[in-house]
Amino acid sequence: MENSNRPLSPHLQVYRPQWTMILSILHRITGVALGLGTLLLAWWLVAAATGPDTFATAQSIVGSIPGRFVLLGFTFSLFYHLANGIRHLLWDVGVGFELKAAQKSGWFALSLAVALTVASWYVGYAMRGPV
Amino acid sequence: MTLRSPLARARGMGSARKGADLWWLQRVTAVALIPLSIWLMASFISLTGADHARFTEWVASPINAVALLLTIFTSFYHFKVGMDVVIEDYVHSEGIKIASLLFTTFATVLVGAVCAFAVLKLAL
Repeated sequence: MENSNRPLSPHLQVYRPQWTMILSILHRITGVALGLGTLLLAWWLVAAATGPDTFATAQSIVGSIPGRFVLLGFTFSLFYHLANGIRHLLWDVGVGFELKAAQKSGWFALSLAVALTVASWYVGYAMRGPV
Repeated sequence: MTLRSPLARARGMGSARKGADLWWLQRVTAVALIPLSIWLMASFISLTGADHARFTEWVASPINAVALLLTIFTSFYHFKVGMDVVIEDYVHSEGIKIASLLFTTFATVLVGAVCAFAVLKLAL
């Protein structure tokens, strides 16, 4: 069924890297990352369902420095995928297709994701008290 | 060698009539996940450093338990549909592609079931 001799369309590397294409691949990367992150979510929920001791161990792993980095990545991935996902939904209804609008909404989605990540962690740390 | 593509050969055979289903489901789950994921993140932040008793109490509240189950189901469905597209785009070997799609389906259902069970066990 495959015709390996067929002419090919230009590959990605012939294009000058652009802002919007970086955001586009970041949507996929964060989506896959969130999927992998659900493994940790499952592990965390199972630990809670197992009992107080197991949950305490899980919480201390999550609260460790490497655990916090993973959690930071998860937080940013979720907020970015959320903000950029809304951008995709707007495109689906035909809003914001013009180049300038797409570049602007891209900046907005990324800024919003960074802002929400920082705000979440600020509130989280404030609630937890001094470490 | 023919330059006729598989698409050209398929034309005239009619559409399979289900091409847009997954596209639509991806959007439906995406819209549902806007409030659900915001709720989930707000909850996680409010549970920072929670001990087992507080966490169990939180899960056991009916609204939280139902919202958690909805979030688990919706996000795993959304992930599965999205991951399929990623696999179909990047994995060109037919055998590995089908194996990857199967693996994603099974893994997603398994992890989703584990999450749902843990929530039910905590909540009931």
